Amino acid sequence: MKIEESEKLLPKSVFDEMKAKIKEYKISSDKTISKITEETIKAYEKSLICPAESIGIISAQSIGEPGTQMTLNTKHFAGVSEMNVTQGLPRIIEIFGARKQSSTPSMKIYIKAPHNNNEKFIRQFSANILETLLKDLSKEINVDLINFRVEIVLDLNEMRNMNVSMEKILKQISLSKIKAEIKEEGDKIYFVSKNNEVNDLFKLKVQASEIFISGIKNITQVLPQKKISEFVILTAGSNLKKILIIPEVDIQRTITNDIFEISNVLGIEAARTAIIEEGMNVFNEQGLSIDVRHLMLMADVMTHDGIVKGIGRYGVSGQKSSVLARASFEVALKHLFSAAVHNEVDELKGVVENIMINQPIPVGTGAYKLKLKEVKKK
Amino acid sequence: MVKEKIGSIEFRVLSPELIKRMSVVKLITSELYDADGYPIEGGLMNLRMGVIEPGLRCRTCGGRVKECPGHFGYIELARPVLHIKYLEFIYSSLRSTCSHCGKICLDEKTLEKLQLKMNIVKKHQGELKSWDVSKEIISKAKNALACPYCGEKRIKIKLKKPYFFYEDKTRITPIDIRERLEKISDSDCELLGVNAVGGRPEWMVLINFPVPPVTVRPSITLESGQKSEDDLTHKLADIVRANQRLAENLNAGAPEIIIEDLWDLLQYHITTFFSNENSQIPPARHKNGRALKTLSERIKSKEGRFRKNLAGKRVNFSARSVISPDSNIKANEVGVPQVMADELTIPERVTSWNIEWLKKMIKNFPQYPCALYVFSPDGRKRKITDESKELLLEELSQGFIVERTIMDGDTVLFNRQPSLHRMSIMAHKVKVLPGNTFRINPLVTEPYNADFDGDDMNLHIPQTEEARAEADELMDVNTQIISPKFGMPTIACKQDHLSGLFILTRKGEMFSKEEAFQLLARAGLNEADLKFDKSGNVSGKEIFSCVLPKDFNYIGKSGLKDEKHEDLTVKIINGKLVSGVIDDKSIGSKKGLMLAEIVKNYDREDVNVYLQRMSLLGIAVLDMKGFTVLSSDSDLPEKTVYEIKDELKQAISKVNKDIESFKKKEMIALPGRTLRETLEQKIINSLNNARNKVGLLVLKNASSDNCSIIMSSSGAKGNVLNLAQMAGCVGQQVLRGFRLKRGYESRVLPHFRKKDLGALPRGFIKHGYKAGLNPTEFFFHGITSRDSQMDTSLRTPTSGYFQRRLINALQDFKVYDDLSVRTSDNHIIQFKSGEDGIDVSKSDAGKIDIDLIIKKVENK
Repeated sequence: MKIEESEKLLPKSVFDEMKAKIKEYKISSDKTISKITEETIKAYEKSLICPAESIGIISAQSIGEPGTQMTLNTKHFAGVSEMNVTQGLPRIIEIFGARKQSSTPSMKIYIKAPHNNNEKFIRQFSANILETLLKDLSKEINVDLINFRVEIVLDLNEMRNMNVSMEKILKQISLSKIKAEIKEEGDKIYFVSKNNEVNDLFKLKVQASEIFISGIKNITQVLPQKKISEFVILTAGSNLKKILIIPEVDIQRTITNDIFEISNVLGIEAARTAIIEEGMNVFNEQGLSIDVRHLMLMADVMTHDGIVKGIGRYGVSGQKSSVLARASFEVALKHLFSAAVHNEVDELKGVVENIMINQPIPVGTGAYKLKLKEVKKK
Repeated sequence: MVKEKIGSIEFRVLSPELIKRMSVVKLITSELYDADGYPIEGGLMNLRMGVIEPGLRCRTCGGRVKECPGHFGYIELARPVLHIKYLEFIYSSLRSTCSHCGKICLDEKTLEKLQLKMNIVKKHQGELKSWDVSKEIISKAKNALACPYCGEKRIKIKLKKPYFFYEDKTRITPIDIRERLEKISDSDCELLGVNAVGGRPEWMVLINFPVPPVTVRPSITLESGQKSEDDLTHKLADIVRANQRLAENLNAGAPEIIIEDLWDLLQYHITTFFSNENSQIPPARHKNGRALKTLSERIKSKEGRFRKNLAGKRVNFSARSVISPDSNIKANEVGVPQVMADELTIPERVTSWNIEWLKKMIKNFPQYPCALYVFSPDGRKRKITDESKELLLEELSQGFIVERTIMDGDTVLFNRQPSLHRMSIMAHKVKVLPGNTFRINPLVTEPYNADFDGDDMNLHIPQTEEARAEADELMDVNTQIISPKFGMPTIACKQDHLSGLFILTRKGEMFSKEEAFQLLARAGLNEADLKFDKSGNVSGKEIFSCVLPKDFNYIGKSGLKDEKHEDLTVKIINGKLVSGVIDDKSIGSKKGLMLAEIVKNYDREDVNVYLQRMSLLGIAVLDMKGFTVLSSDSDLPEKTVYEIKDELKQAISKVNKDIESFKKKEMIALPGRTLRETLEQKIINSLNNARNKVGLLVLKNASSDNCSIIMSSSGAKGNVLNLAQMAGCVGQQVLRGFRLKRGYESRVLPHFRKKDLGALPRGFIKHGYKAGLNPTEFFFHGITSRDSQMDTSLRTPTSGYFQRRLINALQDFKVYDDLSVRTSDNHIIQFKSGEDGIDVSKSDAGKIDIDLIIKKVENK
């Protein structure tokens, strides 16, 4: 058999590998190549999955069983305070549970070619994207009870570092809709309260210190790191949309670990890939091996109807068509009564439903029936 | 065999008429028994509603205890009462419809649009999603100011928990509610999400109350002869009583206040009958203060009907005992204690081929392999006794079923909880052994995650021919060697096997003729083709080759650290181990590439034999050579002790230097980090480096017959770090990624100065376990130990629940004939399972090994 003929018979990954390997071993004789092709096809057909295999349960077990060996602790980037990444079991639960709010969102920003080795540029870039609030630029924030005002003493050094001018600060303050009269005096800014209540003054202090000045929202920390040939910027907090707009950013490699953000910005297929990658990362970091196919199935289940759904009551398990399957998981009564009101019919096509009524389950050997041909006696 | 199948189950709301129709009796009295203790006619325990006492017959169907399923009764309520579980639906129906004409308060155009939307959603996204449209209709209609059809002004209806409806300040009685709900047309019901075929909204207000059969709420006769009634019966008695009083007062024309009070009481009792855990309703209690367990509580949660009885079932023909190891039985066998084998049975149908054999079994009766019961074709079960033996022997003919005890070679299922993956239940062959524990080969402990410190395991005997066939073909230990998790062996050599084979196959290991045959005999080989050298000795590699398949070829790597060692490459040519030392990289679980290769190329049964020979050979080597962990394993020569001390001193002084330069602010911060963080990282790095160096020093000094070292380098157990911690230094204690810092004010322990950043005050343990920790070090160690203990004990329930959720979400996905993965209602999840249709457990670590194919083809 010619190698080209096998392209239709083999999956792309196997076919490509076979082609590459034949090149690698420098095999040229047509006879050997055709023999290898035949053998590969034979091996592939031998390793095909059986129809009616309950692949869902196998994948679920393969993902769940290593969970017993994972740590509950979140591991940090060595020695860096507050810049941590959720790992182990909590992260896995977060990914597959499709939590809307990731507990430690983080980005990896790559920079396009001419700049990616320029340390000065990277430092400048990092400073520019870091979310800066008024409190980050101030030395002191005082409440002046005599004049009923909040006094903010600016840190000029920090302002220079972050590349922020006085005008910019004042402009941002005026944009912030803060309810106070603003006075400027050298390196001090005063927020004069409009009513003379002490409580309001303290509220004002908090509001004033939280005024957004520059950078990109949600990026609370940046950490440029030298990788083998270029700088990579790690961040705590994530804002994919705003980062990708920046022209110097390499949009092909820059990623975030927030799956919902990926789904919103890049679409559902990207979210699917992100689930697989993030899941695989957690397992690898914990030193556990698991086949990608299980994570693929998991990701496909979570994304197959276009929105990211988690497993559990509000996701996949809660949206099953079978009443009994839903009731056997959680909040049984709610499902039963709503089934009665809506006059639902359970077709008993799933696994638990059939276990409940003591019938063979429709997976594996239970999916097929034996046909017996009666031979008539002559 | 399944003759009749349940096709589908439909859920509906019971109509008052249906309640009446399905009932066999109308209940009129709350009394249960008369003076003689006989159930009262028309009482809650009357004999028409089913039988619970053996010997009696049901007055309705004439069935005996297990034959009669029980029959419903009903109570005619004097006034209608709301059903607490339908309250939400009643509320939304009332709010979105006109109180006068009963139409949904939206104009025709909007309604039509929404109807259209609903139809589209129903068609494309399923019924489940179409209810969201109902919710939309309700939320829109409830804000209408007047009915667009009859012009009636609308008053906001409020639900005051638990079950009172108010229109402004006036209460709407269940009678009014029922009237209003009656006015809603069937088509409007549809829009509100209530299917009129399955249940009219007014049916959610009860006028007839269904009383469950006595079989649902059996009474128990206590030892004292007193009858103790079920919680449900108590509640029903309350309902009947409240209903009676209400009816009497209504007839007597009592004042409205009294009627209302009694009505509320009836509502309370009926509510708590359905569910006794409502917020704002005090739960109904027993005299002793225990809350009653009513209908909802019977169904709900882990101990409820669904999870306890429906999704999980109790079984017969099972056994449970402690497990203990036995390397001499096969991996796919299980040693069953004689006492269990005496009682566990397998049904055997009598045919012309086995009738003689079965007769012998009956004859054998009290002695072990024997039959215990006989089923005649009419279904009667008879126990074999010394008296009945002769009679049964005579009667026995084709068509009878004989239950005989399990015997060697029978297929049984063996399981250890928690059953986390499919290898937690595997099929074994019975091997009856003396003693009271189950015996398993240590080779299969890995998939079960079992050890022998008191673990219990369960045994199940498949009772039908199909079950046994499936167990043999799909669940046998031999079919489960490769894990579907990552495509590598899980049933593999462990611990002593690895240590033994490591010793056997390492360089320069020679054995005399007698020793060699002794070892091979232990491995179960009676003859071997060994090459002896001039002095009549044979190498360990030669001996190991005997347990390999004869035509096996393999090239791989061993786990030796030394890159130049001649035993680094494991090479097997035609079943001869030419070079390389055997360790966990070759035959261990998860890593054993050589084993994976063997599994792929040979029959599963043969693999089983090879594996067992290997394991036995390993053990035999250890028996011959002796193998034990010595205290002296972690002893070091004085010079090394000195070197270690020096190393640690250097590390600590380096830390101090760093702290110094930090205090003087001479230190340069790493990019993106503060000075303090940079310091911490430097300290952790230098301390960890020191410990690693200690590890190397320990390793350098170890002799080749140090058993601890052999264990770690063969991959049997432990690693060099463990040894270094014993002999050298335990190292820095790390809590959540940082050195220890919390405890007393500005210091971890009061033995140190405040704000001391040095190595020792912040959790560095410079002693080894063997030398012993000093008191402060002991405390530091205790801190991290407790942290890891907590982690373990909190992880188990978390990961358990996670696994349950995963399984529940994915359980209905299966591969179809075209290898696509679909849900049970035929939605496609993947067009080809795993994108290439490969089954991981049939693959090579998830791939097709093309290297191997090329080698094979080239060799031919």
